[in-house]
Amino acid sequence: MSGLLAAPIIVPFAVAALSLPGGRRPHFQSAAALLGAAAHLALGAMLLQRVHHHGIAVLNVGNWPAPFGIALVADHLSALMVLVTGVVYGAVCLYSRAEIGADCLQRGYYPLLHILVGGISGAFLTGDLFNLYVWFEVMLMASFALLVLGRTRAQLAGGLTYVVINLISTLLFLAALGLIYAMTGTLNMAHLHLKLRATADLGQVAAVSVLFLTAFGIKAGLFPLFFWLPASYHTPPVAVSAIFSGLLTKVGVYALIRTFTLLFPLDGSGLQNLVLAAAALTMVTGVLGAAAHSEVRRILSFHIISQVGYMVLGLGLLTPLALAGAVFYLLHHIVVKANLFLISGLTRQWGGSFALAELGGLYRTRWFGALLFFIPAFSLAGFPPLSGFWAKMILIRASLDAGHFVLAGVAALVGLLTVYSMTKIWNEAFWKPKAAATPPPADGLSRVSAWMLAPVAALAALTVLIGLAPEQLFQMARLAAEELLDPSAYVHSVLGSVR
Amino acid sequence: METVLALLSGAMVAASLFLMLGRHLVRFIFGLVLASNAVNLVIFAAGRPGNPRPPLIPEGAQVPAGVVANSLPQALILTAIVIGFALLVFVFILFFKAHQELGTVNTEDMSDAEAIPAEAGAPEKVKP
Repeated sequence: MSGLLAAPIIVPFAVAALSLPGGRRPHFQSAAALLGAAAHLALGAMLLQRVHHHGIAVLNVGNWPAPFGIALVADHLSALMVLVTGVVYGAVCLYSRAEIGADCLQRGYYPLLHILVGGISGAFLTGDLFNLYVWFEVMLMASFALLVLGRTRAQLAGGLTYVVINLISTLLFLAALGLIYAMTGTLNMAHLHLKLRATADLGQVAAVSVLFLTAFGIKAGLFPLFFWLPASYHTPPVAVSAIFSGLLTKVGVYALIRTFTLLFPLDGSGLQNLVLAAAALTMVTGVLGAAAHSEVRRILSFHIISQVGYMVLGLGLLTPLALAGAVFYLLHHIVVKANLFLISGLTRQWGGSFALAELGGLYRTRWFGALLFFIPAFSLAGFPPLSGFWAKMILIRASLDAGHFVLAGVAALVGLLTVYSMTKIWNEAFWKPKAAATPPPADGLSRVSAWMLAPVAALAALTVLIGLAPEQLFQMARLAAEELLDPSAYVHSVLGSVR
Repeated sequence: METVLALLSGAMVAASLFLMLGRHLVRFIFGLVLASNAVNLVIFAAGRPGNPRPPLIPEGAQVPAGVVANSLPQALILTAIVIGFALLVFVFILFFKAHQELGTVNTEDMSDAEAIPAEAGAPEKVKP
């Protein structure tokens, strides 16, 4: 029964082990990946179903009772994140079948991808702070290797920045862990919630919470800690940058939401204004950075940052509606952003380049592709009735309700500027006539197989579906927010399940 | 004991920051090694070292008699050392590879990923 909690972690690792010896058998590897992703997706759906109907699920690994052993915990937020991880995992596995070349496959592309997903699922499901550190490392190690798999100059230089800044963030996290252990004598998150609430030394708590904020802020791409992201995300293969853009920074956002609701509740800690200011600046700098660039994947990378600002805005406001908005935004953004990166790969196949100046005329030749771009792009910008509209509306509504009119204005303005960048890509890549001077794509490059089109179409359909019927997802997000704001159910499920 | 460890790890962090702020890749690596060890020391200090009694439970008893040494920090540090070692090995190889490909050890010159291709019609100024 509670094995369901461990399964989304075990499945990717099992598939990784299975496909490790198959480096020279791409069909076997790809079939294993698709099966694994399908299983992961199904398990995520089952987990959400279980959490939704039977409440928070807890698994004490090795039957060591919490807080002594490591507990895996799934509440609505965790289960939703695992489910959406499965969605992106499946889409990327489909896309990889067509995109990833033989040399990358031989260097272990698929096993690394599975390990990455295993680490991400572990980070979402763990209820133990040190275990979270371990999952972060698993995830990082796989992402390092995936990032530099192609061994081009840009990948090595971008990978260097990425690796170094992430190691520093990890060290900050580890130091914060040590200090919090010294203060409380526990690392179980539910237990920490109780212990920290009872601590008298608020100065120490504040110092450690800032360490966590910095460590997770780097991973999430929060202002002013985001410069590693646009330096590296446009260099790896499209499938890799899609899964990075969809999931990696979002693990950071998830960790921020978890720590700053469960361990260090933001209200009254003095950090709230700092978080709100960081969120606003993240939104603005991200969108301005995007406006300055003229290469599809760089524009999209900067948009990840500005979108992370919206989610952290929801966390900073800390009202039930705002937090539900943050969770909704998180889920919508993962689907849309991964899809946009996948589409950037399609435009490259059709137009021969990522640079906007060299693209053009795709609407004339590929109207269906243009439609596929249009849906996630304008969902990201917040056009009704697509999913991004609801996500932005909830957050702006929440900021107005909380009396933060400036923040609501910033959020609306950034949405407008997002429209500008998306229109830029639309105009340049799809609308304007193709520049005659650019060379035609190399042989076979313009061929887009169904393996690439299918995941893009599926994710776009999901975006439309969320947009037309947001109620279901919003209910889930609202339940997740309630659990976050009142952690007593979480704490009881973890510590009360001691038998 | 804890004061000494605190001062020591503080000094190590200071030294590692000094090394990492240099532009030489090899200095940077040493800074990283030093920083990761400083953090391990912090965890060690967190476990209240100085108690010499081993955490053993006498035969027939359910709990140890009296206050015993805390063994959990050692387990945490061991995990952190193993993970840190793996990461550092990867970083060493990545730095070596980057040095081979990019032909420099100066971090300022390794901006291939951030440089904006000039023919793309982008602004000439390279973003920081």
